[in-house]
Amino acid sequence: MTLSEEELAEERTGPGPARAAPPSRLRVVTGRFFASRQGRLGFAVLAVLVALACAGPLFSPWAYTDKDFLAFLRPPSAAHWFGTSQTGADVYAMTLRGMRRSLLVGLLAALVSTALAALVGAFAGYFLGWTDRVLSRLTDLLLVLPAFLILAIMSPLFGAGQWPLFVLMLALFLWMVTSKITRGMTISLKQREFVQAARYMGVPPMKIIFSHVLPNLSSLLIVDATLNVSAAILTETSLSYFGFGIQPPDVSLGTLIADGSRTAVYAPWTFWFAAGLLVITVLAVNLVGDALRDAFDPTARRSR
Amino acid sequence: MSPVLEVERLEVSFGDVHAVRGLSYTVRPGEVLGIVGESGSGKSVAAAAVMGLLPPGARASGSVRLHGRQLLGAPERELRAVRGRTVSMVFQDPLSALTPVYRVGDQIAEAVRVHQKVSREQALAKAVDLLDLVGIPDPRGRALAFPHEFSGGMRQRVVIAMAIANDPDVIICDEPTTALDVTVQAQVLEVLKTAQRATGAAIVMITHDLGVVAGFADRVLVMYAGRPVEVGDVDDVYYRTRMPYTVGLLGSVPRVDAGGRRALVPIDGHPPAPAARPPGCPFAPRCPMRIEACEDREPPLFEVGAGHQAACIRWDEVRPWAAGDGAVRPWAAGDGAVRPWAAGDGAVRPWAHDDGAVRPSAGGGGGDGPGWPVVRGARRVLEVDGLVKHYPVRKGAIFKRRVGTVHAVAGVSFDIREGETLGLVGESGSGKTTALTQILELAEPQEGRVVVLGRDTARLTREQRAAIRRDMQVVFQDPLAALDPRMTIYDILAEPLRTHPRAPLRAHGGRAPGARVAELLDLVGLDPSHAARYPQDFSGGQRQRIGIARALALEPRLLVLDEPVSALDVSIRAGVINLLDSLRTRLGLSYLFVAHDLAVVRYLADRVAVMYLGRIAEIGRVEAVYGTPAHPYTQALLSAIPLPDPVRERARERTLLDGDLPDPADPPSGCRFRTRCPKFAGVLTGAERSLCVDTEPEIRTLGEDQGAACHYAEKLAVV
Ligand code: SF4
Ligand code: SF4
Repeated sequence: MTLSEEELAEERTGPGPARAAPPSRLRVVTGRFFASRQGRLGFAVLAVLVALACAGPLFSPWAYTDKDFLAFLRPPSAAHWFGTSQTGADVYAMTLRGMRRSLLVGLLAALVSTALAALVGAFAGYFLGWTDRVLSRLTDLLLVLPAFLILAIMSPLFGAGQWPLFVLMLALFLWMVTSKITRGMTISLKQREFVQAARYMGVPPMKIIFSHVLPNLSSLLIVDATLNVSAAILTETSLSYFGFGIQPPDVSLGTLIADGSRTAVYAPWTFWFAAGLLVITVLAVNLVGDALRDAFDPTARRSR
Repeated sequence: MSPVLEVERLEVSFGDVHAVRGLSYTVRPGEVLGIVGESGSGKSVAAAAVMGLLPPGARASGSVRLHGRQLLGAPERELRAVRGRTVSMVFQDPLSALTPVYRVGDQIAEAVRVHQKVSREQALAKAVDLLDLVGIPDPRGRALAFPHEFSGGMRQRVVIAMAIANDPDVIICDEPTTALDVTVQAQVLEVLKTAQRATGAAIVMITHDLGVVAGFADRVLVMYAGRPVEVGDVDDVYYRTRMPYTVGLLGSVPRVDAGGRRALVPIDGHPPAPAARPPGCPFAPRCPMRIEACEDREPPLFEVGAGHQAACIRWDEVRPWAAGDGAVRPWAAGDGAVRPWAAGDGAVRPWAHDDGAVRPSAGGGGGDGPGWPVVRGARRVLEVDGLVKHYPVRKGAIFKRRVGTVHAVAGVSFDIREGETLGLVGESGSGKTTALTQILELAEPQEGRVVVLGRDTARLTREQRAAIRRDMQVVFQDPLAALDPRMTIYDILAEPLRTHPRAPLRAHGGRAPGARVAELLDLVGLDPSHAARYPQDFSGGQRQRIGIARALALEPRLLVLDEPVSALDVSIRAGVINLLDSLRTRLGLSYLFVAHDLAVVRYLADRVAVMYLGRIAEIGRVEAVYGTPAHPYTQALLSAIPLPDPVRERARERTLLDGDLPDPADPPSGCRFRTRCPKFAGVLTGAERSLCVDTEPEIRTLGEDQGAACHYAEKLAVV
């Protein structure tokens, strides 16, 4: 505040001991994320679900491809924890396997599509000029392509072990609208003084996009990503329902729900475990998304 | 005479937040009452309460009587009959007070017809008369224009015309000139005076500007934290101040007159948030005269003189700024704390000598010429030569035709030597911001040359540009906008360090950013332990300190300051100005200081360049330009600045400029200032005028380090 304080500061033999952990954004955001109940709950549920999907099958004597020809359409029992399906497959093993796929597909597709949206939108909006023209044309082109049809046509390619390609294709049709919004917001952000300040400081454009533009769009992007998780899982479900998407013998929550819906009325276990886990997954993702958004946003009320 | 407006124990609260607490005042016919306060002091809320214009959710109690009739709690119908007829209001933003889709003549006529039974034609004729009264040229023609066709100053005149349309008894003006340039402010204040003379109305003038009040008001009421803390005649409040807050305010205003170089004394801290006021005297946390008794309960208004009240239990010990020697001045002695700026560093300023440049001390000031040889440093950190920037003006929605060219900067030249501060001043439209952007962009200018730290911007390699970006840093006007809201202070301050990881920090080479960040926060007077906070957790002054700390992170040589204090409150401004001043001396910085406020520039700058319509009108040493300005524009500009000194302010002769800034797409031929030049209009003969019309004046040297772009420049003391 005053000269005397400044001089005092000089008289000290340098600034106080450097703190071990500088309070950078990453640390603060992480701290704030775990300080909120929503964040903790959502994260815990997601962690349990992932753990279940990965480790759960180890505890079951049945693999998802096994068939028990002595038990068709049996309710949950000691031998088959979630019961069996019409073909005698173990629902527990199949559900966990399906969840693993769906989680992978949903989370990855959402991440990829949101990242794509953020990058394309931010680059187009920040650099404008020909970068913008090329990227915007591309966005418009993908926007007019009938996504469902193309995915259906490509479905033979998604055979065994080809799920990453499926994820990519799914993501490719989810990002365009967000990208357009991102572009518009980037253009207005670019005029803001703190971006100018960074430019005049000599921060390279790429770095400005990653450290100033995108964090200031984080609310939008996180909400978008959470919605995309649901959207990706649901798209996959509906594709699988029509027999496109994840191909047998692989299963996903979508194929399970599709199969189970036929027997849901008189054998609810074939349907409700898969559907319930889907709902829980989507809810947990939403919780994490909300908490993350609040953690990024310094104006949000701190819920401790 | 019985008062027209009596406000008694007015209280306004929003939920639990008490915005106004016990405000009482009276205004007699023809009297001007100035209400002074910083943002958040409750002054505007109080005005809205008087007019019955409080937003829903606000509760008001107490009494507001107009000619003895109670307004507070009166039915809306009754209020409407009063509003605009007996009481009218002038707001800060004239555009929002006018309906954009109606012609201004019709709007004024409408205001007349709401309250008076006259025909349409009569009302329109009255509207034209009113426009004439407020000094709108060609009132008959302009009455047919729409609000957006007027400039800001002209719009405010229209609003004033509307406010006096029904001969009101009270006009409440809420910061009527804050959004305007200083020459326009002088015009508008003059119009208000005319309007008052024509109507005999009382005026309640709400402002934060102590200068405006000094020349305009009869009585002053100073508000702090929702309460009046000092009330009295202008002279009593300014010369016989009895409240430490008022003393502090008067001491922290930079002044443009000869006393301009006296040290500014900031008030520590910042005003308390309405929700977290201290239990006792609200000023106690910042008051240098605080004693224990202050915190017991809120001091009432003590009668300290005839019609003069102050809310301070130690009022009889408080001495005003200008008081004679031996008096206890709160900021100089007070509680025994060491206050470096109040001590007497006002006359002699220590200069940095380490760069080898000889810098004269700025003592004395005054207009009688410098008594020392002016020696400028040898090394130039910035050189601008004949800089030109023009923009195309396009019209049409689909096919954009080029219909003209705006010459935002039309040939500007100046330089800054090492350790020097150049103030670039001008009103809006002068091109100072464009010139600044041109320098900061480090791109090749359209015409002319920009040489930054010895390198021509037209021929920069990547590495050179990066090196300049490191050595030239910027502080922006609005600290909140210039700091990324999503970054912690730590990240904000570490960003330049990360961007230039190999910057050879003279004193701190090779240390972790953490240590440097703590050091920077310390340097600008902030608590290093606050590094984990976000910008919006700080007050305006603190944010600007963060902006300054960021600019200093790499130990630059040239600091570009873009209106660094104009967004700050008066009492906080002084602290930032002092900080900038001391940093320059200690770190051997050079400043390019862009501002519209000549008083601030006088305090900080060594040299000053005054811009008008894209060109430099006058340039030179601060003492010379302020003491004896030679260009008619500089003279008008300086004379338009109100001084916080009632006696001098009343005695001053103002040179008022006519009209508005000409269209920069179509500047006048010859001298750009000739359309408004008082000399051209009043003094020159026809033959002399033709030179002004035909030839654009170049900057002529008039004595040691002072030059003016006027064919008939003559030195003249105006402040
Ligand atoms: S009452 Fe005390 S704290 Fe308040 S202004 Fe007076 S001396 Fe300062
Ligand atoms: S050159 Fe002529 S018009 Fe221009 S400022 Fe001088 S006197 Fe006025």
